[in-house]
Amino acid sequence: MDLLSDPDNLDLYLTGFSWILRLTGAGALGALVLGVILAGFRVSPIPVLRGFGAAWVNTFRNTPLTLIVFFCYFGLYSTLGLELSEEIDLNNFWLGVVGLAVYTSSFVCEAIRSGINTVSAGQSEAARALGLSFFQVLRMIVLPQAARAVIAPLGSVFIALAKNATIVGTIGLAESSNAMKTLINDNGSQVILIFVIFAGTFAAFLIPTGYLFGWLANRLAVKR
Amino acid sequence: MRISRMAAVATAAVLALSVAACGDGSDGAGGSGSGDGIVGKAAGGKLVIGVKSDQPGLGLQTGTTYEGFDIEVGKIIAKGLGLDASKIEWKTTVSANREPFIEQGQVDLVIATYTINDDRKKKVAFGGPYYVAGQDLLVKTDSTVTGPEAMEGKKVCSVAGSTPAKRIKEEYPKVGLQEFDSYSKCVQALGTGQVDAVTTDDIILAGYAAQAEYAGKFKVVGKPFSSEPYGIGLKKTDTAGCTKINEILKAAADDGSYKAAWDATLGKGGTPAPTFDATKLTNCPA
Repeated sequence: MDLLSDPDNLDLYLTGFSWILRLTGAGALGALVLGVILAGFRVSPIPVLRGFGAAWVNTFRNTPLTLIVFFCYFGLYSTLGLELSEEIDLNNFWLGVVGLAVYTSSFVCEAIRSGINTVSAGQSEAARALGLSFFQVLRMIVLPQAARAVIAPLGSVFIALAKNATIVGTIGLAESSNAMKTLINDNGSQVILIFVIFAGTFAAFLIPTGYLFGWLANRLAVKR
Repeated sequence: MRISRMAAVATAAVLALSVAACGDGSDGAGGSGSGDGIVGKAAGGKLVIGVKSDQPGLGLQTGTTYEGFDIEVGKIIAKGLGLDASKIEWKTTVSANREPFIEQGQVDLVIATYTINDDRKKKVAFGGPYYVAGQDLLVKTDSTVTGPEAMEGKKVCSVAGSTPAKRIKEEYPKVGLQEFDSYSKCVQALGTGQVDAVTTDDIILAGYAAQAEYAGKFKVVGKPFSSEPYGIGLKKTDTAGCTKINEILKAAADDGSYKAAWDATLGKGGTPAPTFDATKLTNCPA
């Protein structure tokens, strides 16, 4: 029972999940911003931007996240010397956020692009007829409607992101999966209990998140 | 329909109980050294030994074959039990699953850089130690680092969740700790200069330093700051097997096969074989 009563273990567990929350928050923000910009590129009238958007999505959506995160450390940091913080933990954290954001942005982009397809062509044609520029059409007419249509799929993307955040553990952040390894190393006979606690915590966070996104999607849906 | 289903459930429950009862019985028998213990297993013609697969010089898997000092020790034990080396089944274990593997009977022995400590003794029995390692630092050849005290403000790398990483966190909190999921990544980061040292047991570091691709680039500082007696893990109830392992180890030290095992693996670089201390073979459960 000392597994559950030891305050050090509780500390490991809480630190682990607080890193996961921070990774998910920062990663989601980065992915959302990048994803919207990329979706704009992919529907823009400029071929170079369309090509760039398509290349980005196809590259990062089809590369294993482990490789991307690995590259962030050994490529961006080790080889190219991109240091994001003096502190080891924070540096690993931000390198991980870059990896997560770049990877997830390709999924966000595709979700938003599918949302853009739900907005009928008549809307943007009418907007253009009124003399709005491409950017204005996107910003004022298309994206607000598209965003409401993609809340549910974006919810799935962000839930996946929260779980993917554990991969940042491979470059040394003491997030939940590393906390779990430490606990298993110290308490070899209680592997199953430790596993259930960690899996259960993810489920406890993510199942309500799923319902929240479902509820939001219903509430904000464009009634046609 | 309902009755027959209940009958089936009841039968299953009774069966499960009787199987469990059998399990208890044979465990008890194992304690007295027959059938279930490693002596009995070896007499049955097969022994499953859990080893590391990713530690050069100790337990390294290439393709389907394993090689290293731990492997050689395993062969010595098997030979002492009257078993041919070809009858050993090697199984990869990682640090986290060694106790469960022994407890569940997936392996008969674990020889995998397995430090003997009191917490682990609660779950398994230890033969040995067959080697006493110590935590040390691996640094670049031109480094002036002399020990963990000299590492303040510098970065040291180890594997997440391992005992060496934990010791750095607890005893040297001013040393920056970078953790990876494998030592090979640490060694890579040491090569490119992101970390100033890699830390774990000296014997493991020596294995990396001796790898052909890193020859001449790294050195082990050579001032161990912990004592890690490596034991041979087996079922806690198998006292007879544990005593037998210690006898075999002692005999191997006397007839030179222990030294030969060292020279063929970790001693390749010229490091002389350690003297085997038979007075430390006191870890078998009474």
